[in-house]
Amino acid sequence: MTTRLFIPKDSAAVAVGADDVARAFAARGIDAIRTGSRGLYWLEPMIEVETPEGRIAYGPVAPEDVAGLIAAGVMEGGDHALRLGKPEDIPFLKRQTRLTFARCGIVDPLSLDHYRRYGGFKGLERARTMAQAAIVEEVTQSGLRGRGGAGFPTGIKWKTVLDTPAEQKYIVCNADEGDSGTFADRMIMEGDPFVLIEGMVIAGLATGASEGFIYIRSEYPAAVETMQAAIRIAHEAGCLGDFDLKVRVGAGAYVCGEETSLLESLEGKRGQVRAKPPLPAHKGLFGRPTVINNVISLATVPVILAEGAAFFRDFGMGRSRGTMPIQLAGNIRHGGLFETAFGVTLGELVDEIGGGTATGRPVRAVQVGGPLGAYFPRDLFDTPFDYEAFTARDGLIGHGGIVVFDDTVDMLRQARFAMEFCAIESCGKCTPCRIGSTRGVEVLDRIAAGEKIDANTALIEDLCNTLKFGSLCALGGFTPYPVMSALRFFPDDFTSRQPAQAA
Amino acid sequence: MPFEAWEEQRAQDIIAAHAGESGATLPILHALQEAFGCVPEAAVPMIADALNLSRAELHGVVTFYHDFRRAPPGRHVLKLCRAEACQSMGADGLGAHACARLGIGWGETTFDGRVTLDPVYCLGLCATAPSAMIDGRPVGRLNQSRLDALIEAAQ
Repeated sequence: MTTRLFIPKDSAAVAVGADDVARAFAARGIDAIRTGSRGLYWLEPMIEVETPEGRIAYGPVAPEDVAGLIAAGVMEGGDHALRLGKPEDIPFLKRQTRLTFARCGIVDPLSLDHYRRYGGFKGLERARTMAQAAIVEEVTQSGLRGRGGAGFPTGIKWKTVLDTPAEQKYIVCNADEGDSGTFADRMIMEGDPFVLIEGMVIAGLATGASEGFIYIRSEYPAAVETMQAAIRIAHEAGCLGDFDLKVRVGAGAYVCGEETSLLESLEGKRGQVRAKPPLPAHKGLFGRPTVINNVISLATVPVILAEGAAFFRDFGMGRSRGTMPIQLAGNIRHGGLFETAFGVTLGELVDEIGGGTATGRPVRAVQVGGPLGAYFPRDLFDTPFDYEAFTARDGLIGHGGIVVFDDTVDMLRQARFAMEFCAIESCGKCTPCRIGSTRGVEVLDRIAAGEKIDANTALIEDLCNTLKFGSLCALGGFTPYPVMSALRFFPDDFTSRQPAQAA
Repeated sequence: MPFEAWEEQRAQDIIAAHAGESGATLPILHALQEAFGCVPEAAVPMIADALNLSRAELHGVVTFYHDFRRAPPGRHVLKLCRAEACQSMGADGLGAHACARLGIGWGETTFDGRVTLDPVYCLGLCATAPSAMIDGRPVGRLNQSRLDALIEAAQ
C-alpha cells in the first residue's frame, strides 16, 4: 500500500506536536510521509491525506485526535470537526502566488523523485543549454532583488562576479536568518532543500564559480541536517555536476547575517564587518570574487530560469518585481507564510489575511523587516509592500517579516530593546554602533524614569542620527528605525513617563 | 546530555579531522564543543598551533560568538526566545518566570547542574510564539504551564 498520509516535519510544526501526531498514526499502523510546512501555522500540526479527489487537510491535530480521525475515515477524506477540505481552497493559501514555495509542504523534502515530479531541475536543465552571460541576463531581466533585506538587484551582483576574472570564485548562500519574525529561509531549507541547491548550481554555472557554501545559523539544527542530507543525495545522484557544495554552521552571532561579517566568519575569524569597497563580488571569500545571496534569492532563481524572466517580472509593482514570501508573525491570528506579488498593502496583510491579533485585542503596532525595521501604526496600513514605498515612509521590508503587537505593547520598551539588541549583537568594529547602542539604552532608561524627558528625547534623536550616518553596516545604521519610529508614531509612551517619587 | 571528559588525544584527533578545511576554525570549535560540552581552555593553544594562528587571535574568535561555552552546560539546556515576535506574545513574562522558578539568571546553570537557561534571539518559530528549545527540540505556543512542565521534566 502506498503512503497517502502527509505530516509536516517542519520545525515549527514539530514545535507544536507534529512528531507526536505522526507517532500516534504509526502506532495504529499508518505511516506518513514527512513534508515541509504549507505555512499555515495556526493550523499546525496540519495533516493531509491523498484521496481520489486530491489532498484533504485536517488541523490542528493533537495526538489525542488521531483515534477519532481514524474512526471518522480520515484516510478516505472522511468528515470530522478538524476537516479543512482541500488545502488549496483554504483562503489563506488560495490568495497566494506560490513560485518560490511551489513545492514546500507538498513534497518529501529529500525525495529527488518528488522534486522532479513537481517541476524541479527544469531551470537548471535550461541553464545548462545557455551561455553564462545569457543566464545572468535572464536573472537581471527578471528584476529579482536580494531577498535578504538590502534589495540589491541579484543579476547585477552576478554580472560583476562573471566579469571579474579569477581562478577560483565562490557562491555563498546567506542562511543566517536572524531577524525575529522571519522563517522563510528555514521553511525552504527544511521543506524544499533541492530548490536552494538548484539555485546555487545555476549561480555557479552563470558566474564560473565551482565551490559553494551555505552558512546556516546554529539556531536551525533541523535545517542544517536537512540541507546536509539533501546535498549528499544530490551529489550522489550527480545533480551537482562539478559544483562542490558545503554547509557551514554559524555560532549565534546576529551580525553574521551581514554579508561581509558572514564572509569573515566563514574564513574562521571573528564576525566583524568589512569596510566596502572592495565589494564581495570583487574580493569576497578568501579574497576571491564571490556571489553572496540570501536563501530566498537563490531559491527563486530556478523558477525564473524555468519559466523565463518575463513570467516573474510580470508580478509585482514599481521596481519590486515578482513575488515575496511575507512572514506573518507574533501576535497574529493567522500567522504563517504568505507568498504574493509585491503591492499588497500592510493593512490587507495584517487585518484581512492575518485576521488581526491572536489575543483579539486591537493591533497597535507592527514591526516590518526584523529588529532593524520600523514600527508602523495603523495610520500607515495603506503602505504597499514594496521596497521603495517602505523606504519613503522611513521603514524597510527587510526579509519580509511582519511582527504584530496588540494595544498592551509599551513602545518605549520596544525602542529600548532595539538599542539593547544592537549592544548585544554589535561586532564592535565601529564606534557609533558599539558605544552608541549602550548609551541609547541608558538614555531611554532615563526617559522611562521620567528624567528630563525633552532633553533626553533630543539626545536620543541626535544619537540615532550618529548611528544612522556613522555606522559601518546595517546593524548600527538601521537600529534607529525601530527607535525613531516608536518615538515618532507613539510619542505618548515616551512623554507620559512620571518621575519616580522622591523618597 | 553527557559529555566526554577532557582528553588531549581526543581533542587532537578532532582538530586534525577538520584542520584541512578552508576556514576551519568554526567547524573545529563546534566539534570540540559537541564532544566536551564547551571549548576547553587547554584546546585553545592546540587549535592555534594547528591553524598557525596566535592564541590571542583564537581567543578573539572563541569569545566573539555567543554559542561557544567556556564550561560545560547543565544536563539540560533550555533556550528561551527573547526576540520581538515572542515578546508580542508574552515572552518577557515567561523569561522572568523561568528565572524565578529556576533561581538563576540568563546564561546561568542551576546549582544542582540540572538546567542551563540561555537567551536566544529568534528560533524562526515566530508564527507559533512564544518559542523555546529544550535540548535541541523546538517548542512552540509556550505558556506558563507548558514551561513549568518542560522544567519539571528536565531532571
